[in-house]
Amino acid sequence: MFLYAFTWTEFAQQVAAGIREGAIYAGLALAIVIIYRFTRVINFAQGEMATFTTFIAWSLMNHGLSFWTAFPLVLAIAFAGGVAIERVVIRPVENAPVLTIVIITLGLALLLNGLMSVIWGGANRQFDGPFSTRTIDVGSVPVSVQDIGIVAVSVALVVLLALFFRFTKLGLALRAAAVNPESSRLVGIRVGWMLALGWGIAAVLGAVAGMMIAPVVFLDPNMMQTILLYAFAAAVLGGLESPIGAVVGGILLGVTITLLGRYVGFIGSTLKLPAALVLILVLLLARPGGLFGRVAVRRV
Amino acid sequence: MNVLELHDVEARYGPVRALHGVSLEVGEGELVAVLGANGAGKTTTLRAVSGTVRRSGDIVFAGKKLSRRPEATARAGIAHVPEGRGTFSELSVWENLRLGAYARRANIKEEAQRVYKFFPRLEARRDQQAGTLSGGEQQMLALGRALMARPKLLLLDEPSLGLAPIVVTQIFEALARMKSDDGMSVLVVEQNASLALAYASRAYVLEVGTVVVEGTSDELRANESVRKSYLGY
Repeated sequence: MFLYAFTWTEFAQQVAAGIREGAIYAGLALAIVIIYRFTRVINFAQGEMATFTTFIAWSLMNHGLSFWTAFPLVLAIAFAGGVAIERVVIRPVENAPVLTIVIITLGLALLLNGLMSVIWGGANRQFDGPFSTRTIDVGSVPVSVQDIGIVAVSVALVVLLALFFRFTKLGLALRAAAVNPESSRLVGIRVGWMLALGWGIAAVLGAVAGMMIAPVVFLDPNMMQTILLYAFAAAVLGGLESPIGAVVGGILLGVTITLLGRYVGFIGSTLKLPAALVLILVLLLARPGGLFGRVAVRRV
Repeated sequence: MNVLELHDVEARYGPVRALHGVSLEVGEGELVAVLGANGAGKTTTLRAVSGTVRRSGDIVFAGKKLSRRPEATARAGIAHVPEGRGTFSELSVWENLRLGAYARRANIKEEAQRVYKFFPRLEARRDQQAGTLSGGEQQMLALGRALMARPKLLLLDEPSLGLAPIVVTQIFEALARMKSDDGMSVLVVEQNASLALAYASRAYVLEVGTVVVEGTSDELRANESVRKSYLGY
């Protein structure tokens, strides 16, 4: 089964690459989970939203801004964009059947994709990331600084988000609006704005994922499409409603497919996606709620 | 002075009209009961006030015209404990209480202590998921959550529903104390008419969406048709 010479060092490198890969899936999966919790809708435009904001970052950097100057600007733009999309596109169909909203997010994805081609052209762009690609030794395993940076940024973001949801009044209001909009209104929470805020946060998560992955791949309008599929898979793996599940699912998926692609000859890089989906199918057959899917406990 | 006045309020669910011009008032620090059979419009009356059903007709709250949006009525000082209690079953008891004070600036810990004094069991269950509480505890939590808002007016929908008599007594006793502590007014909907009349100063009887009888609790207890239909003796 192993067609290549196996060394533990290389194995560790592959795991590290897998974790980096997974961190990106996790970021996008988290965005999907946040919107799903609010609206019960899978946002198919999440990938395109991320790519779009990455293009904005690219433009800003092209105009002479450094990555870390552009970074907060892009996050602010992404947040505003996410809020605007909810207000303008999603709000009018709020009470429509789920399928309608799903189709609208698909349409939004196509629209953003077309817009990107019009504004920035369809060609691949080199996106200079903030981290160097040279490798350093982590306990005798050479790992690229870039991989470490990507994972560190993703981890920091997840921790910040968790603190926000857990300890702030606004975070609590967001969770309340997601689980029980009726009662939320009765305590004075402006549920409509909470939804918009959720979209804003999801857009920020996507923007970070986009800016982290763009230096690794190339920037083009379709950059996030495969990644979005993996992110969906990661979200489902984690239970679709659980933020922790999305993160664990993302990392697990990243590591698994990297290892499969490297060590299982016939899978290679072409069969990675189907292989990952087969694995998820098997897992969901065993645990239909996903890894962290919660069964609501209720006494009546 | 009246805290709440309903003038000829109508409400509908889609094409179905549930209230046909209800007028009632609640004085400051007063506990008023709304009685009636199933489907008479009791719940809808409360929902018309809090803005959770479409309504027409004027509602005056604390001297001002009341908004029709639930977020706004909550911020104006109306706490509605709806049918089914409306607690956040996925969140912890503590988080539920915190949400109760969402619309105001307050020392949440102090406010929570006040709630725990009324319902010590909530303190013991502080970190438990609200959905795992017993029915009585959930009703206590719903009241506690409302109390956190320090409302001028509390709308209470069937607090006794499905609860053991001893728990019902506890809850109504707490309600009476809250009312006298805060000068809060209460509009309570209750199936159990004798219970409601024992605690209310006045009551309204609804039938098919209109007020058919109103008066003080003593007057209602003395009213023959009320006695036959709602008190059962």
